[in-house]
Amino acid sequence: MSSDPYGDRGNKDVSIANPRGGGSAEPVRGGGTATAAPGGPFLIGEAMTGGYGKGPDILHDCTISVDKGEIAVIVGPNGAGKSTAMKAVFGMLDLRAGNVRLNGEDITALSPQDRVAKGMGFVPQTNNIFASMTVEENLEMGAFIRTDDYSGTMEQIYDLFPILRDKRHQAAGELSGGQRQQVAVGRALMTQPKVLMLDEPTAGVSPIVMDELFDRIIDVARTGIPILMVEQNARQALEIADKGYVLVQGANAYSGTGKDLLADEDVRKSFLGG
Amino acid sequence: MNTTVKNVSLFAIVGVLILLTGFLQSWNAAILILNMGLISAIMALGVNLQWGFAGLFNIGIMGFVALGGLATVLVSMPPTEGAFAAGGVRVVLAMVMGAATITAAVLLYRAMAKGWPRTVAMIALLVVGFFIYRAVLDPGVAAIEAIDPAATGYLGGLGLPVLLAWPVGGVFAAGAAWLIGKTALGLRSDYLAIATLGIAEIIIAVMKNEDWLSRGVKNVIGIPRPVPYEIDLQGDSGFVERAAGLGLDPVMASTLYVKLLYAGLFLAVLLVLLWMAQKSLASPWGRMLRAIRDNEVAAEAMGKDVKRRHLQVFILGSAICGIAGAMMTTLDSQLTPSAYQPLRFTFLIWVMVIVGGSGNNFGAVLGGFLIWFLWVQVEPMGRLLMDIITAGMTDGYWLKTHMLDSAAHMRLFTMGLVLLLVLRFNPRGLIPEK
Amino acid sequence: MDFLNAIIAVANYVLVPGIAYGSQLALGALGVTLIYGILRFSNFAHGDTMAFGAMVTVLATWWLQSIGVSLGPLPTALLALPIGILGCIGLLLATDRLVYRFYREKKAKPVILVIVSMGVMFIMNGIVRFIIGPDDQQFLDGERFLISARTFREMTGLDEGLAIRSTQAITLVTAVVVVALLFWFLNRTRAGKSMRAYSDNEDLALLSGVNPERVVMLTWIIVAALATTAGVLYGLDKSFKPFTYFQLLLPIFASAIVGGLGNPLGAIAGGFVIAFSEVTITYAWKKVLGYLLPDSLAPDGLVQLLSTDYKFAVSFVILLIVLLFRPTGLFKGQSV
Repeated sequence: MSSDPYGDRGNKDVSIANPRGGGSAEPVRGGGTATAAPGGPFLIGEAMTGGYGKGPDILHDCTISVDKGEIAVIVGPNGAGKSTAMKAVFGMLDLRAGNVRLNGEDITALSPQDRVAKGMGFVPQTNNIFASMTVEENLEMGAFIRTDDYSGTMEQIYDLFPILRDKRHQAAGELSGGQRQQVAVGRALMTQPKVLMLDEPTAGVSPIVMDELFDRIIDVARTGIPILMVEQNARQALEIADKGYVLVQGANAYSGTGKDLLADEDVRKSFLGG
Repeated sequence: MNTTVKNVSLFAIVGVLILLTGFLQSWNAAILILNMGLISAIMALGVNLQWGFAGLFNIGIMGFVALGGLATVLVSMPPTEGAFAAGGVRVVLAMVMGAATITAAVLLYRAMAKGWPRTVAMIALLVVGFFIYRAVLDPGVAAIEAIDPAATGYLGGLGLPVLLAWPVGGVFAAGAAWLIGKTALGLRSDYLAIATLGIAEIIIAVMKNEDWLSRGVKNVIGIPRPVPYEIDLQGDSGFVERAAGLGLDPVMASTLYVKLLYAGLFLAVLLVLLWMAQKSLASPWGRMLRAIRDNEVAAEAMGKDVKRRHLQVFILGSAICGIAGAMMTTLDSQLTPSAYQPLRFTFLIWVMVIVGGSGNNFGAVLGGFLIWFLWVQVEPMGRLLMDIITAGMTDGYWLKTHMLDSAAHMRLFTMGLVLLLVLRFNPRGLIPEK
Repeated sequence: MDFLNAIIAVANYVLVPGIAYGSQLALGALGVTLIYGILRFSNFAHGDTMAFGAMVTVLATWWLQSIGVSLGPLPTALLALPIGILGCIGLLLATDRLVYRFYREKKAKPVILVIVSMGVMFIMNGIVRFIIGPDDQQFLDGERFLISARTFREMTGLDEGLAIRSTQAITLVTAVVVVALLFWFLNRTRAGKSMRAYSDNEDLALLSGVNPERVVMLTWIIVAALATTAGVLYGLDKSFKPFTYFQLLLPIFASAIVGGLGNPLGAIAGGFVIAFSEVTITYAWKKVLGYLLPDSLAPDGLVQLLSTDYKFAVSFVILLIVLLFRPTGLFKGQSV
């Protein structure tokens, strides 16, 4: 853009600029510290307001939370800011107002790396694997911050997703859509997170694979890890959810248990197709 | 302070700098800076068209400038007696053969199915074609280069007025740009930068080595001028009288007069090009260019042919560089292929565009003047700086000698520093795009 | 016998110089490709980075020579190389801190970094010329030849001699060691994998707890080592002259692109492709053909396809051909 002195003027020259793999996140900078903030749910993004760059706010006073042993699901129409809310909770987006608390600490000022160290795991919606690296290397990268022996965790993940064991030396980019999602979830589980955040884990996979993925997610939840999840397939997701949020234009429209939301007349009409 | 006042004062500052050069150093030096500043401004205008308005990354400016220089020789030098008869026919024939070989290879590529037979056939065709080309060319070249090698030894030019070389230089550069653009922008991904870098090196290599064409490193000297010669003016009693009336001696007056005539010519070209650049950018064509630059996807969705626009603007910008190159060779009255260095003729022009303000024609022109002034004046300034730094050291101390000797290299350092400082603290340049 | 002589002539004038030059280009291209993969721009200052590292090594070599340290038959420059690498690391880290980091924080597009690298190129070029001057510098000592042409002739009784200069042997050995180390680092170590991950997918690397600034710092350190090594080997083999390093930029870029930008394996392959094309096409084949063909068919001319001044043109034409037929380069380029 002409207004952006650091823009590329539409230049697409691959001989001088690498178009692939670049980051789009505007993460919270390192160096911040967590402060004690006891009480409240296990993970909560409270009254979050923010947007990208100098652009307008996408989130308006938005609150989402998940507690131990729960699956919380965020649904809503396209462009409602669901993914943005997830990024904000993970520190991939600097908030203008509001705070994020985890396990009795205020972590709003922590960088994403520090949040990983605090026990958060995140699977983004797109580009969620290292395509040029093998399945095993993807899992190793998941365990990047661990200094202990993680071979046990890797075995657990291979038990959870047996197909990955067979393909461990194959480049992750060569796998099918459903298998890639398994790699992505597996990578996030490698840190043994205390909470797992999934952004549309079933995007772009066939219905059969989708059912299987949901089963796996329930399996993960049964191991005691709280799960915060964004889902397009609202009905199916709310069926397995303990808690549900409906976002509209970056703000909370409805919230309640999964069953309540499924039963709610307005929610059904507007978001679940009757 | 509104922007017009600010911009006018920026130009005024450059003007004052040049005037100061005149008062403090010499008027010859000042007008030389002005003349080369005008040429630099034109080059910057061409590059700004490509980068500023279309985001095209041309790092082969040197090649286009050199083609303009070649055009000056080919248009204005007198033809070498007997050269064409001796070998010219063979050379032309060889060029036709070469072109035919490449055409045949392209046709073959299209006609045959993919696979190794095609590869083998193409390689065979190209190798055979190359040897035939060399067999036809080499004797012709030898014959031409044998004609009085100390004075000519090349085909010479057409003996036409040198001013005609300026548009021809533009056409040469446009032709090369068309070839490069067709190839590099036509690939599946855009490889324009490396293509221009490579072509520029090839153009210079050809000019250095093909003596029959450009006399190579023997240089072509005494290119005809569009303005009178100093020696004639000094012999012209009317001129001497007028000079005396201004209180100038004839030698001084004639050199200044000639340089000012050049300045007038260059200024006219700059103003015409600047006017055209401004007009075209305000036109639907220019608006579309900017629309493409700012949002290619949307522009493509609206049915705009992005590649075609890019090719057009790349050719136009390169042609402007070619014109400037022809003007520069005319000013020098000689073609020195070995003088074309990428730092001076490619990267320095980039500094001009970025410092002046990418996307603003006036910015590019200002950048051209300002950076050229610095390029010339940094050397004496560096020497002064070194004198001051080393003032405390005893004469003959190795560090003092070394620093004084190395002052000349301050120039490149300063150019880099200026570029980085502007990019850091004023990334949109001195006169930003509106 | 003539056939053997022809083979030896080819080995002497094409194979050996091609391997040495190819190794130098490969090391240079590796640096370019790493920066392209991780920092995502083509670094125009790379040639001058090589010149700077080599310059520090030259100065250190002179110092070692002046205090009487030598490696016997090996060039003293090998001993000075670590000093050169340290100097170059210092320069690149300082440059990153003072120049590039600002643009990373601003999320500037890679093209802007390319322009920034032009400024850095000017500055480094100026620094090198300021310190050591623009002229040729000699810093080679030790044994000149591993095998001299005469020894070879005496040993084999052939007419043709095969000379292997010690610098050529050192170039190849050093390049193999450096490349092996690099690949071990990238594929087997945690830090190396984090670099590959960052190159592949920056955001996801961030999510995995990789510290981007650390990856960038590591990259500059490795690039400094590669560039200095390449620069010193080239300087030992030919001679040290600041301007030639700037000119190496085109063949180095060509190598990196021919191999597939961002792919280290490709950079090595590209380096050798470009080097052998240059040497083969600019070599005068008269002698070899003279051995192979019967006297009646022996060529009159030099049978040199192109004059050596066109060697840059050769790199470029090879580049163009590869891109026309394989747009992503010989090896699929993109990530480290």
